[in-house]
Formats: sequence, C-alpha cells, structure tokens
Amino acid sequence: MIEIKNIEKSFGDTKVLKGISAVFETGKTNLIIGQSGSGKTVMIKSLLGIHTPEVGTISFDGRIYSKMTPDEKRTLRTEIGMVFQGSALFDSMTVEENVGFPLKMFTSKRNREIRDRVNEVLQRVNLEGSNKKFPAEISGGMQKRVAIARAIVNNPKYLFCDEPNSGLDPETSIVIDELIHEITKEYDITTVINTHDMNSVLQIGENIIFLKNGKKEWEGDKEEILETRNKSIIEFVYSSDLFKKVRENLLAEEEEEDNK
Amino acid sequence: MIKALNQIGRYFLMIGEVFYKPVKWKVMKTLIFKEIDDLIIGSMGIVAFISFFIGGVVAIQTALNLTNPLIPKSLIAFATRQSVILEFAPTFISIIMAGRAGSYITSSIGTMRVTEQIDALEVMGVNAVNYLIFPKIIAFSLYPFVIAIAMFLGILGGMVAGVYGGFIGQAEFLQGIQTDFIPYHIFYAFFKTFIFGFILATIPSFHGFYMKGGALEVGKASTTSFVWTSVVIILLNYIITQLLLS
Ligand SMILES: Nc1ncnc2c1ncn2[C@@H]1O[C@H](COP(=O)(O)OP(=O)(O)O)[C@@H](O)[C@H]1O
Ligand SMILES: [Mg+2]
Repeated sequence: MIEIKNIEKSFGDTKVLKGISAVFETGKTNLIIGQSGSGKTVMIKSLLGIHTPEVGTISFDGRIYSKMTPDEKRTLRTEIGMVFQGSALFDSMTVEENVGFPLKMFTSKRNREIRDRVNEVLQRVNLEGSNKKFPAEISGGMQKRVAIARAIVNNPKYLFCDEPNSGLDPETSIVIDELIHEITKEYDITTVINTHDMNSVLQIGENIIFLKNGKKEWEGDKEEILETRNKSIIEFVYSSDLFKKVRENLLAEEEEEDNK
Repeated sequence: MIKALNQIGRYFLMIGEVFYKPVKWKVMKTLIFKEIDDLIIGSMGIVAFISFFIGGVVAIQTALNLTNPLIPKSLIAFATRQSVILEFAPTFISIIMAGRAGSYITSSIGTMRVTEQIDALEVMGVNAVNYLIFPKIIAFSLYPFVIAIAMFLGILGGMVAGVYGGFIGQAEFLQGIQTDFIPYHIFYAFFKTFIFGFILATIPSFHGFYMKGGALEVGKASTTSFVWTSVVIILLNYIITQLLLS
C-alpha cells in the first residue's frame, strides 16, 4: 500500500500539485486520471523520487520516503518497476538485454539464471521469439510488452505505468491493460497507472483518483464514475461525441421512466 | 551571467557525481570497450586523413615562404614538426573531435534524456551520470594515442608533400625533423591533449544530460555543445601554453 499525504510540487512559480492525498492499495490497479497537463506524470514521478515534493509525505507500506536512509532508498528502488509513457527501452540493447538489465545490475545472478528468468517473463507478456531484436525493430505494442517485462523481471512490490496505452490501437490497448491487471492480481502488486483513456478506466479502474488543476477532484471506482453527478467528471468522461450520445440516450430513457 | 555560473556549477557537480556510487565492474567493462570503439577507433579515419594533409600543407607553405637562400631547406622539416606537434595535432584535431565525437555524445545522451531512458536508469537506482559518462572519460584517456598517430601522420604528410613537391630531399627532411628537439615540448603537447580529452568527454555529455525538450532540441543541444567544447579547448590551450611554455 502506498499512502500519500498532502503532497505539493512546484516548478518555478507554477504549482503543479496542490496538496494531494490518496491511498493506492495492494493487489489493485489504482488509476490516476485527468486531462493532459493535469499533473499525472508529475504525480507518478514524485512517487518514484524523480521529483521531490516540497510538502507532504509518501509512504511505501509504512516506510516514509523522506525519512529513509540512502541504503533504504536503494532497496526500495529494487522493489519498484516502472513502465514509461514511450516505453523508454534502451535503444542500444536487444529485447533480452533490456529485460535482463535490472537483474544484471542489481542481483548476483549468473548469466544462465538471468536468461531463464528473462525468458520466463517474456513468456508471461506473450512475447517469445523476439529476444535478439532491437527496440527499433518491433512494434509499439511489442515495445510496451518488453517494458512491462523489464518492470516485473525483478518481482517488484510496486508497479507504476505512465499512460501504458498511449500510441497503441484500441485493441492492443485493451490487451495491455488486461495484462497489467492480471499481473497485479497474480503477484499481488501495488499498481499505479496514469491514463486519460476512458476505455482503460472502465476496464481496470478498481480505485480511481481524478486530478484537475493540481487537486484531487474525485475518487471512486469504475462503477461509481458512471453514476457520479460531479460536473468535472461528467465533462471528462463524456468528452467524446460517442460518449455524449450514449449519455443523452441514457438520460432520455431515465426521463421516460420517470414520466411513467 | 548568473545562468552561466549556474551552468558551470552544475558541470562540476556532475563531474563529482561521475565518480560516486559506480556501477558494477562487470557491466562497466563492456561499456568502456563500446565507447573506445565508438569514440576512439571510430574517429581514427578522419583524424588520419586530416593530419596527413594538414602536415603536407604546412610543409608546402613553409617551403613557399622560404625565399632566402641562406636559410637551410631543413627548416621546412623543422617547421612542420614544430607546428604539427605543438598545435595542429593536439589543438586542431581536438576541434575536429568536438564535432565528430562531441556531437555524437550529446545527441546520444540527449536522445536518452528525451525518451526517458535516463529516468528509467534512475528509477532502477542506477547512477546514470556514472553509467553514461564514466566510460566516455576512460575511453578518452586513450586520446593521447590518437594524437600521437596524428603527429606521426602529420609529419609524414609533410615529408611526402615536401619530397614529392620537389621542395626538399628526403635525407634533408629526416635530418631537419631531428634538429633542436626539445623533449619538454612533447610533455607540453601530451599534457594538453590529456586535458582536451577530458573536456571532449565531459562537456558534450553535460549538454546531452541536462537538455530539455524533444528531438528538435537534441539537434540544438549538439550545436551548442560543439560551440562550447571548442571555446573551452581554445581558451585552455591559451592558458596552458602561457603557463607551460613562457
Ligand atoms: N520538469 C518540469 N519542469 C517544469 N514544468 C513541468 C515539468 N514537468 C511537468 N511540468 C508541468 O507540469 C504540468 C503537468 O504536467 P504532466 O504531469 O506531464 O501532465 P500529464 O502527465 O497529466 O499530461 C504541465 O503544465 C507541465 O508543463
Ligand atoms: Mg503525462
């Protein structure tokens, strides 16, 4: 479980996060949603320690980040997996070198053990037979799978994904969402996902926080988000014409029923 | 001005971090060999080509300006040796390297920055500064070998141009390059080469590592990095020469 209390983060004069508190539960896919520029990436990078919030605390299963010693922070890092928005695979390494990288850097495993573990996770993300390819030689969806494999290779307790399906077609997006969801359950990981994609929200939104103008505007799950009367949520959820029409129809039906 | 001081401060902080919390030797070893291949071996062709022809031109220029019959022809060889060893090889080639290896360093590290590969390293707990820049510094510790080859080829180019251009006999040239040889000059040349090698590894890395933006900015960062690397080399060349030779 990750618990954040009242975190604030500014860049120069602009405050991006204005006092956010939230709890991300273990074994669940926790979603941070909001429009582009609402601070989702800054939020996740604050959790990762890439950005340091000026105010507030972040605790990982009770361990408060700002009070950890450098050694404890190093240990924490090995418990974290991260899938970046653009996958962030190392261009100069093959698929298997990318996935094996955290093991090679931080464990004393032998090359053979590393190779076995790499093959195991590549199999888990349904990506076999591309071991020797370079990231530039595979599709965006495959790159995402490699990024997920790299993030989970060292059995993380915490998994962060920044817009895991940006740049993917709707079908592949769903496959990736489901994959992250299954892995979260299977290994009982605390997973935090940034997204602005309503498909993902409805697919895997077990615990959702909605950011607007640097504040937490709403919180709930995928059932609740469709029923809420919160105006900003409605605007966000029904921003596409398709959803607008669906909502109009639903409301019309409701009215008919009320009139009966 | 404050911005410039800030940049200089960050540069030195970065240098400090390069040597802090290094990655495993097993991993570092491979990285070093790769950088030697890319930065040192990969630059040999252009360095050899330029040295040879610049050496040739220096010999011809000296010969053409030598109109007084009282001055011995061997001066052509002497002048070629002095200019190649003292300036053309260490300084001129370093400026070429700022373009060749420097832009490569800035754009490759800059691309890693904009595609979040550096963030990925840091999230894993890798000291990205050490991982990316230390192997380049070590690769550039071989830079004096590159310059030694440049010196040899420069003088060879001078001899070929001098002899085949009919300006000087081969025996006279060989005798000329041995006159008034001062070993201290070799120390001076290699001392500054060593410093320039460090500059060539670190300033382009700095510009790539701390860049912001996207692909377009990577191109801009490479250009800025070339300008600053050249300016620093030229200024240090002046300072070192003032300190060591006068
Ligand atoms: N490193 C940074 N320096 C300055 N401003 C930043 C930085 N990172 C993000 N921002 C600003 O913070 C705001 C939120 O950005 P971001 O978290 O990337 O949004 P999202 O991921 O929700 O699309 C934006 O206005 C952005 O310009
Ligand atoms: Mg983002």
